[in-house]
Amino acid sequence: MAEKKWMPRWFYQLASPRWCYEITGKLLPIFAIAAVATLLVGTVWALAFAPADYQQGNSFRIIYIHVPASILAQSCYMMMAVAGAIGLIWKMKVADMVAKACAPIGATIAILSLATGAIWGKPTWGSWWVWDARLTSMLILLFLYLGIIALNSAIENAQTAAQSTAVLALVGLVNIPIIKYSVDWWNTLHQPATFTLTERPAMPSEMWVPLLVMVIGFYCFFAVAMMLRLRNEIIQRERRSSWVRDLITG
Amino acid sequence: MSFESFAEFIDMGGHGLYVWLSYAIALIVIVTNIVNPLMHKRQIFIEQASRLRREKPKS
Repeated sequence: MAEKKWMPRWFYQLASPRWCYEITGKLLPIFAIAAVATLLVGTVWALAFAPADYQQGNSFRIIYIHVPASILAQSCYMMMAVAGAIGLIWKMKVADMVAKACAPIGATIAILSLATGAIWGKPTWGSWWVWDARLTSMLILLFLYLGIIALNSAIENAQTAAQSTAVLALVGLVNIPIIKYSVDWWNTLHQPATFTLTERPAMPSEMWVPLLVMVIGFYCFFAVAMMLRLRNEIIQRERRSSWVRDLITG
Repeated sequence: MSFESFAEFIDMGGHGLYVWLSYAIALIVIVTNIVNPLMHKRQIFIEQASRLRREKPKS
């Protein structure tokens, strides 16, 4: 290789499907334990110990699913778009596989966000759905995920499919700041963000600490789900290579 | 604890249906996202193993 290597070593290692398969095999149990622990603790805390909201009562407990799901649905989209871009620029196969692995998880999490939002909206706003900026932009996020999944499965060639979906994912990235700022830009029923980087949450710590635990739990769950799909994708695409053959024959 | 009794915990101040439905959907979404790739992995291994057996030159 005459090409000068100007990226750190792990970046090149990441490009090796075999190395990725091995490292995710080691990371999976760690994240799985972390996910189970944080989600269990968070759920019990959220349902039984966190105080009820003085206005919304106990329906407020839906926040512990709704907010982590909404944050994760957007983070997952950003990860998918960035992985897709890396795949486009550096022709990195593993990045394409990561992007492909993100889409179905993101779609189901976006559905969870919309469903819990609707369920929370009924007792709080008196309506399952309103065509409000935040809700509509979140629905668009779901459609982007579904479009990306459909496009990926419609194209036979894996590389062409990855390139097309990466472009669609990057175009759809404009929706992310729209979701984020929709509560500021338009008059909306939806309350503003619970967590911001610059300010302390407006709710007391007995309410937001379990929420933080749930957010961490959702991220750990995502890591597990994503790595499981990524590993399947790796063994499928690398099935002709000798290391996968050895893995399968045991 | 924010609840006096188990019945109160289930009722969630009259919002039980909304709260429990949300958590049930979350559970379904999380479990499907884990079980689905695990089942897919099993299927890939079975398919590839049978392909390798087929392609193996007669020895």
